[in-house]
Amino acid sequence: MHEIGIANSVLDAVRAERRRFPGGHVHKVGVRIGELAGVDPDAMSFCFEALVRGTDLEPLALEIEYSPRRYQCRTCGQSYAASRDDSACPACGSLDSQFSGGDELELAYLEVEDGARVAGT
Amino acid sequence: MERVSLERKVLSENDRIAADLRARFTEHSILCLNLISSPGSGKTSLLECTLDSFDRRERAAVLTGDIQTENDAKRLARSGFPVKQITTGGTCHLDARMIERALLDWRLEDIDLLLIENVGNLVCPSSYDLGEAAKVVVLSVTEGEDKPLKYPSIFFKSELLVLNKIDLLPYVPFDIAVAEENARRVHRDMEIVRVSCQTREGMAEWLSWLDCKRGNSRAAASTS
Repeated sequence: MHEIGIANSVLDAVRAERRRFPGGHVHKVGVRIGELAGVDPDAMSFCFEALVRGTDLEPLALEIEYSPRRYQCRTCGQSYAASRDDSACPACGSLDSQFSGGDELELAYLEVEDGARVAGT
Repeated sequence: MERVSLERKVLSENDRIAADLRARFTEHSILCLNLISSPGSGKTSLLECTLDSFDRRERAAVLTGDIQTENDAKRLARSGFPVKQITTGGTCHLDARMIERALLDWRLEDIDLLLIENVGNLVCPSSYDLGEAAKVVVLSVTEGEDKPLKYPSIFFKSELLVLNKIDLLPYVPFDIAVAEENARRVHRDMEIVRVSCQTREGMAEWLSWLDCKRGNSRAAASTS
């Protein structure tokens, strides 16, 4: 259950980033979680809500973009998302493929209320 | 509503410290490995056997992580090599800052193999880079063959799978070929060694994998 630490890191980042928007309120933060990041989206949402409650960041929503493992087939060139326990190419069945994503744990975006000025960008 | 793109890593602070550790390990030609498994898969036993097989002049050291107790450090210290316990006090994984702090009073000049035993957990440790050259996942034959499918993150991120407790194979319904196939479904190029810390079967393969990695880290230091 390390999602509480991860959620805390997200909130630290929101606090740091919001200085760029004086007078604006950050309503939503978007986080991209890959299947291989080792982070459970439900646990993450639960921890996030608990940490935000009663703080100056409220109301702040979390949007999670969950991404599966992705590969590019070396045999036929197809790019594809792998199913949970099978990473073979769905087009040609080849197992010879290059890993192309699905381990990310990234802050994707912030949604800031209208009228806020973006400082220093 | 305005949407502002950020595109930065959530654990950027951990990654920064890990990158700093990695640079220091390279500078001192230290091979650092991060051992991860479920509780009870035999990480400590594997380390005991490993240290036991070393000549006393080897410059190996161990950091061992647990939520509570100094038991593992006490076990491993019998080898005579420097061992330090990191007690996380509830945290389910080690992070880069814990490693940085634990190394403060060790001279890196005196070490060329640093083995980190993570907290027993197949999920959380996989998210934290500790500056290691490679992660090693340990799976014992008393667990399920489908663990690589259930915990794909750690099997994907580990360079080597150590299948441990193979002396118990006659007594448990564990299909080792299926376990290996599952690991390779998640991580196609995964290297695998089968070991028993009781009979020492497979220890030679594990030690030769270690030697090979140590050769690589010396080569990296001499070219940097």
